[in-house]
Amino acid sequence: MFDINANGRTIEAREGDTILQSLERAGIKVPTLCHMNGLAPSGACRICVVEVEGARGLIPSCSYPATKGMNIKTNSKRVIDARKTIIGLLLANHPDDCLYCVRNGNCELQKLAEEYGVRERRYPVKNSSVGLDITSPSIVRDPAKCILCGKCVRVCEEIQKVSAIDFVRRGSKMEVCTAFEQSLNVSSCINCGQCVTVCPTGALREKSYLQEVHDALHNPDLVVVAQHAPAVSVSVAEEFGFKSGADVNGVFTTALREIGFKHVFETSFSADLTIMEEASELVERIKNGGTLPMMTSCSPGWIKYMEQFYPEFLGNISSCKSPQQMLGALIKSYFAKQTDTAPEKIFSVSIMPCTAKKFEAARSEMTGKKGLPDIDAVLTTREIARLFKLCGVNMNALKPSEADTPFGRRSSSGKLFGASGGVMEAAIRTANFMLTGKDLTHPRIEFARGMDGIKEGKIKIGDLGLGFAIVNGIGNAPKILDQIKNGRKDIHFIEVMTCPGGCIAGGGQPLNNDQGRIKARMASLYSIDNNEQLRFSHRNPEILEIYEKFLGKPLGEKSHELLHTHYSKRNVLR
Amino acid sequence: MKKQFDRGMGEVLGKYQDKSRENLIPILQDVQERFGYVPKDAITRIGEFLGLPSSKIYGVATFYNQFKFSPPGRYHIMVCRGTACHVKGSALILDALLRELRIGAGQTTRDGLFSIEVVACIGACGLAPVISVNGEFHAKLSAKDIPGIIESYREKARIEGGSK
Repeated sequence: MFDINANGRTIEAREGDTILQSLERAGIKVPTLCHMNGLAPSGACRICVVEVEGARGLIPSCSYPATKGMNIKTNSKRVIDARKTIIGLLLANHPDDCLYCVRNGNCELQKLAEEYGVRERRYPVKNSSVGLDITSPSIVRDPAKCILCGKCVRVCEEIQKVSAIDFVRRGSKMEVCTAFEQSLNVSSCINCGQCVTVCPTGALREKSYLQEVHDALHNPDLVVVAQHAPAVSVSVAEEFGFKSGADVNGVFTTALREIGFKHVFETSFSADLTIMEEASELVERIKNGGTLPMMTSCSPGWIKYMEQFYPEFLGNISSCKSPQQMLGALIKSYFAKQTDTAPEKIFSVSIMPCTAKKFEAARSEMTGKKGLPDIDAVLTTREIARLFKLCGVNMNALKPSEADTPFGRRSSSGKLFGASGGVMEAAIRTANFMLTGKDLTHPRIEFARGMDGIKEGKIKIGDLGLGFAIVNGIGNAPKILDQIKNGRKDIHFIEVMTCPGGCIAGGGQPLNNDQGRIKARMASLYSIDNNEQLRFSHRNPEILEIYEKFLGKPLGEKSHELLHTHYSKRNVLR
Repeated sequence: MKKQFDRGMGEVLGKYQDKSRENLIPILQDVQERFGYVPKDAITRIGEFLGLPSSKIYGVATFYNQFKFSPPGRYHIMVCRGTACHVKGSALILDALLRELRIGAGQTTRDGLFSIEVVACIGACGLAPVISVNGEFHAKLSAKDIPGIIESYREKARIEGGSK
C-alpha cells in the first residue's frame, strides 16, 4: 500500500496496481473501451489517458503501473481534449446510423460521445466498405461498426480459447476477421456469443428472430408456444431496471401470455427430463462398462467445440438432446396429440440466455419426423426484453402466474441447470436415487457450486466411489480432456458449460455482464433451490406422468426416438 | 499436386525441431520460398505443427506485406512505387495495370498468367517509372504503353504454350 495523488486528492494504491485500478478503487471514473477485468491490459483504445506529472505525454492509465507519490490528473483540459479527439477519430469511420442500431441506447461509444459532448463531426467520414456477415445462425458481424478494441478477439482467444477470430492486416487496413476472411458459419466459431457480450458497439450482435416470432404471434393459423430456460427468469428483469438476480418467473410467464403466447412452458421441466435420461445413461454406462467419463450435452457451444477439436471424445458425450430440444420434440409430438393440434400448426419458440441455442435449433439432427424443426425460433434474453418493450409490457403491473401443463412443473434441480454445476448437482441427486433407491438427505452438493473454472469432487453412492468434474468457460475444457487422454481414470461424469459461470452468463444475456451481476443470478438460483419443496427431478409429478402416459421408461424406445441424438466430427478451419 | 504439397511441407517443417511460436515467421518465409506463396493448406498445417489456430497465423501473415496468398502468375509483374518512380507517375502505371488485368495488387489473374506486386523501390531510378516482368525491365513507361506490354506476354504465352 502506498499513496498517490489524483486530482489533488490523496488515494491509496496497492502494489502491482495499474493507475486505472487505483483510480477505480477510489471511485474516480476513467472511461475505457478496451479494458477487460482479469486480463492483461492491451492499451488499444487510448480513451483512458491521464496526465502524470513529469511524464512527457499523456499516459494510458490501464497499462501504466501506479508508483508511490505520483501526481495524476484525470480531468485536466489536456486530458479531456485528448479524449474528445480520440472519440472524434473513432467516429470518423463509424457509421452514423445510431437511430437504427440494435445498440442504440446501450452503446459504449455512443455513451462516451454523449458524455464528452461530441456534438459535431470533426473529421470527414471515411466509411469502410466491408460488409455484414449474416452467415451464422447465431451471431451477426458488422465490421463497419468495429472500433478495433480487440475485446472479442481476446475473449475468444484468451478466455474461451477457440480463436475463431483475430486481427487481420495492419494500420488503417486492420480488421477483425476469421482465418482467411471466411464467413463465420464455416469458421471454428462455436456460437457462444461471449464476443457479443463484450462488444462496446453494434459490431457484434445476435442474429435476431424477433420479426419471425412477432409475425407468428399475429398469425391466427398458428398456435405459438414458448419455453423459457432456467437462467432467463433470474436475469431478464435487469433489462427493466430490477436488481441483478431478481427472479421474476411468475411475472415473466404472465408477460409471455400477455403478448400472445398461447402456452408457456418451462425448459426447467425438460431439464428434469434430461436428468432422468442422463442419470439413467450414466448408471447404465457405469454398470455395463460403457464409455466413461460421460460428458454432458446441454451446452451447444460445447458440442460444436467437441465436434471440431476433440472428435475422439464424441462417444463420451451423453446421447441426450439438450433440454431445449427435448421439450421442442415433446411439444410437437405429445403436446400436439394431447391438444389435438397438427404439429405443423405449432410455432415453437424458446427463450434462452444463449446465442448457440439458435445454432442448435437449426441443426439437421434437431428435426422431427415430417421434416419439421423441433424448435422454430430461438430468442435471447435480450430479444425477449425488446419484444416486451415493443408490446408495452410493464413487469411491475403484472401478477405472477403458473406455467401451463403438461410441461410447466419443475423441480429445483431443473432450475439449477442455469448455473455451472447445476446439471451435475441434479444428476447426482437422481443417480443416487437410481442406484440406491433412496433420496439424499442433504441434496446440496457443495463442490458443484461457485464460479471456479474447474470444480472436482468425489462422492460415494451405494458402494461405488464416483469422481465428478465440472468445467465452465470452455477455455478450461482442454485441461481436463488432456488429462483423460493421458490416462486419468478417476472421473466418471463431466459437466461442461461453454460460458464462464454457466448459462447465467450466456452470450444472450443482458449486456454489461460483470462478476457481481453474474454472482447475483447464481445466488438467486441457489436460493430457489434452498426454498423449494420439490428438489429432485425424479419426484416431479409431471415427469412421472409423462413417462407413464407417453414415454414408457428412461432410455426406452420413445425416448430414443424423441430425446436422444448423436453427433459426428465436423471439419472446419481450426 | 497433393503429394508435392505434402512433400514440400514435410521438408519445410522438418527443418524445425523446436515447435515454439517464435518459429512462425521463419516457417512462413520458408513456405513462401518453396511454393511462391503461402497456400491456405500450409497455414492449417503450420497451425497443427505449432499448435496455433489458423486465425492467428493468418493474422500474423497478413500483418507483413511480404506474404502472398495466391500463387504467382506465369508472368510476375513488379511495379516500382519508389520515390523517383512516384514522381514520374508510377501511380498511373499501376492503375493502368490493375485496369488492364482486372485484379488487385497482390492478386493473380484467373488464367494464372499475370500477378501484380507493388514494391518500394527496385533500384532502377534512372529508368523511372519502371516495372519488371519476371526480371525483364520495362523503362520510362507511360500508362498507354501498358496494354501493349501485357499483350506481348500474352502472345509469348500463346507461342510457348503449355503451363508454367
